[in-house]
Amino acid sequence: MNFPEDLKYTSEHEWVRIDGDVATVGITDYAQEQLGDVVFVELPEEGEELEKGDTFGVVESTKSVSDLYVPLSGVVTESNDPLLDSPEIVNEDAYGEGWMIRIKIKSKDELKDLLDSAAYQKLIEEGA
Amino acid sequence: MKKIPLNDWHVSHGAKMVEFGGFLMPVSYSGVLAEHQAVRERCGLFDISHMGEFYFEGEAAQAFLQSVTTNDLRTLHDGEAQYSLLLNETGGVVDDIIVYRINATRFMLCVNAANIQKDFAWLRARLPQGLSMEDRSDEMGMIALQGPASERVLAAMDFDLESLQRFQFSFPRLAENPVMLSRTGYTGEEGCEIFLPNESLPAVWEALLRAGAPHGIVPIGLGARDTLRLEMAYPLYGHELNDEINPFEAGLAWVVKMEKGDFVGRPALQKIQAAGVARRRVGLAMLDPGIPREGLRVILQDRPVGVVCSGTFSPTLKVGIATALIDRTANPDSGEILIDIRGKLKKAKIVQLPFIKRL
Repeated sequence: MNFPEDLKYTSEHEWVRIDGDVATVGITDYAQEQLGDVVFVELPEEGEELEKGDTFGVVESTKSVSDLYVPLSGVVTESNDPLLDSPEIVNEDAYGEGWMIRIKIKSKDELKDLLDSAAYQKLIEEGA
Repeated sequence: MKKIPLNDWHVSHGAKMVEFGGFLMPVSYSGVLAEHQAVRERCGLFDISHMGEFYFEGEAAQAFLQSVTTNDLRTLHDGEAQYSLLLNETGGVVDDIIVYRINATRFMLCVNAANIQKDFAWLRARLPQGLSMEDRSDEMGMIALQGPASERVLAAMDFDLESLQRFQFSFPRLAENPVMLSRTGYTGEEGCEIFLPNESLPAVWEALLRAGAPHGIVPIGLGARDTLRLEMAYPLYGHELNDEINPFEAGLAWVVKMEKGDFVGRPALQKIQAAGVARRRVGLAMLDPGIPREGLRVILQDRPVGVVCSGTFSPTLKVGIATALIDRTANPDSGEILIDIRGKLKKAKIVQLPFIKRL
């Protein structure tokens, strides 16, 4: 399984790529593997204000429904709409084309709560 | 929790294991969608050894089973099987089963894993003197081979599937092991179900995989078994059926032969018929994006009118589908109805069942 070093992670199995004050968010390789075939994704509208810890969407596989949690507070600048018609992209390219939303970050203070690649891998190994 | 005999094989071949009906079972190997597609287009092999098998032996076997099941056994010949129901005194479904007539004095019942103990106790309480009943579930395995290539796979094992009509069975040898093979299944595809002693499971399982290799056979878990059966709208006990759902509501009137004479549950069904059935099972296909799931409320004109029994993403139709039990009176002209998916009302359409046309 693959956990790129340049990404940050959450205990909810999301990854975050920070680029200036914009965060791109998706679910990890581990998450897509656990879910199995992703068949439905629901994402927020552009402009929606999100609070860290709230849910911003839903990802469903053939046998499960999982909420997506906001890793950093902010405003949605973009949703990856192609996922709505082709949710299998999440399985095929979790860290690339399978990204879900971009957020304009409200407070960089929240970045400290994110995990780095090593800490996230440790979390998985411990069976979280 | 019980383990099925081939548990280690499944784990070592990448199966994710889950609890189902008191057994640890493979839910998927390569992924539900790929497995589903394999069965619809080629063939797949299911280890369904969790299923229960009861044997009845004695002169009274047919008369007894006739009195506790809803279908009419008088139409059944040796080597023929029949889908049927056990009902409780209020007309609710104790279990849905298949009755196999081996001969006039020997029958087998295939029952759902989660209901083995309940069914056994229920049947035992009604068993007449002189009739023997044996639960052989623990010592017997069950394999299903399903998919359009099934006939060719069996031919490679010197068995001619065309020697059987649908719902007929025989006792051939597969890889030199004596088995009971019936032309039945739970996917809507051509194929068979094989009953065999636990000791024969590894050899027959491996032999079927070898014979099926040129046809792209793969092992199939319960995940795809569920999407396959739901596309065909075959009921799954605990979802479309339970002790409080009667067969008329469940769309299984065709399995109930009221004219055959008395059977357990018949007086209750007569009352239900006289009063009118309160609910009906319908098929729903999503118009809005979203996947309906078990337990979600069905809404019509701001009023809850029912509940989803089973829901999934249909790999064949590429849309969310569901069965639901709804009020008989909820019958919109447009066929459109709403499902409350996590607080959002999503549009669905009442559609004809099965969702797809197969066998």
